[in-house]
Amino acid sequence: MPENCLYIARSSAIAARALAGEMMVMNSADSTFFTLNEVATAIFQAADGRTPLREIVRHRICDQFDVDPEQAQTDAEQFVTELSSHGILLVSTQPFASEAP
Amino acid sequence: MTMSLMSEVGQKAFDLGIPIAVHLDVTYRCNERCVHCYLDHDDHGEMTTAEIKDVLDQLAEAGVFFLTFSGGEVFLRRDFFELLEYARRLMFNVKIKTNAVMIHEAEARRIRDLGVDTIQISVYSHRPEVHDAITKLPHSLERTITAIRFLRQQGLRVTIANVLMTINSSDQNGVQELAAELGAHYTLDPTITPMMDGDTSVLALRVPGEELPGIFSNPALVGNQEEFCAPPKPPSEEDLEGYSCSAGHSFCYISPYGDVFPCVQFPLPTGNVRQQKFLDIWKFSPAMKEVRSIQAKDLTVCSSCSHVGSCSRCPGLAYVEGNMRGPSTADCEKSFYRTGVPTANMLRQGLTRPRALSGNSAALIQIQPVPIQTVQIQSAQIQPVSVPTC
Repeated sequence: MPENCLYIARSSAIAARALAGEMMVMNSADSTFFTLNEVATAIFQAADGRTPLREIVRHRICDQFDVDPEQAQTDAEQFVTELSSHGILLVSTQPFASEAP
Repeated sequence: MTMSLMSEVGQKAFDLGIPIAVHLDVTYRCNERCVHCYLDHDDHGEMTTAEIKDVLDQLAEAGVFFLTFSGGEVFLRRDFFELLEYARRLMFNVKIKTNAVMIHEAEARRIRDLGVDTIQISVYSHRPEVHDAITKLPHSLERTITAIRFLRQQGLRVTIANVLMTINSSDQNGVQELAAELGAHYTLDPTITPMMDGDTSVLALRVPGEELPGIFSNPALVGNQEEFCAPPKPPSEEDLEGYSCSAGHSFCYISPYGDVFPCVQFPLPTGNVRQQKFLDIWKFSPAMKEVRSIQAKDLTVCSSCSHVGSCSRCPGLAYVEGNMRGPSTADCEKSFYRTGVPTANMLRQGLTRPRALSGNSAALIQIQPVPIQTVQIQSAQIQPVSVPTC
């Protein structure tokens, strides 16, 4: 996964809803179901396809939670990689043409 | 871990009183005239496109995740794809219930593109002469099967729902084999519901109780037959503190006219979204609050029944019989034929077995937790980022 500038967008195939601070996410293609914790939810909600991941981590994570910025970036990239492998997030080094839903 | 996360989420929604699942009928109009159908198919003023979109906005805001579009036949609404697209943009997990006769290749492709989770389709028999006689629509089985093939070609998940009646009760294996051939899941539903106007003549179609043991002993339908048919254990304190089902707790039903009910099978009016906000009805309707207040220990007869911990008592069917805290004769019969042990409701009437054709106005039986859907829910909790220290 390239580290420089990643853009993330939510897949149009998924369903998602917040429940008591956690995000439920389901991929209709294979019925995989996830719940995301508060920090992961913040990243997921910010995945508009246009905001670089580094910026999301800086403003949505580091500004909100007391975490080491480099560690947060590394963890966020791992998280994004895992969700993209399940078809939940789309990842690109370029901004996406249209905004995520 | 399969299913556990889903169950955990469902329990959390139940505990918090969040309507995680809603069944929305967008029309009662239909192009079939099924002999057992309980609906009045005339349009008495369905919600408009704008009204339904507003309801969908409200449902998303209320926390609804699982949304079922049903009817009537949903594709008779010319705006159905517009509604579907809108619902998916709001990120609902969408299931569609349909007879599928209006689904062709283009519709199947569009359903796939919109990320619909499941399409549930009614098939009553593998034999056209039986299926078409039930739907009263010539060639309907042929059209439905063709549609299922289109949907499966798009990789969509299809569930075949087989309503069991006297006139097709010998065809369940044939439908199950057809489902397997088409790559569809199979569910069996022997529930026959009285007409909305109270006409109970359709109940003559219900499968006689004496045939139920044959269904309950089929592992393909009930899973672990020994466990399913085991005599009831003495009810525990926890059983008596429990609730009947998710109706009014984390699930509700909305009609094409905007009426909100605790469940499709629970015709207790609680409000109308044309007059009130959905959340106001959900949270503050006295009727909805009454439904969710009822624990097993509050039930007039069932609280002293040995089956209380394992019975699938439907409060909606009990309500149709006259008392939402009373027994549902249909479920009493099911508990008896499942285990051979008479229920408290039967014993107080001096019965050691259900009356033949008891004439109760509720559906005879209802299998809800049939573990025959083979959809695998793979689940994982993702805890990706370092736990924040504040």
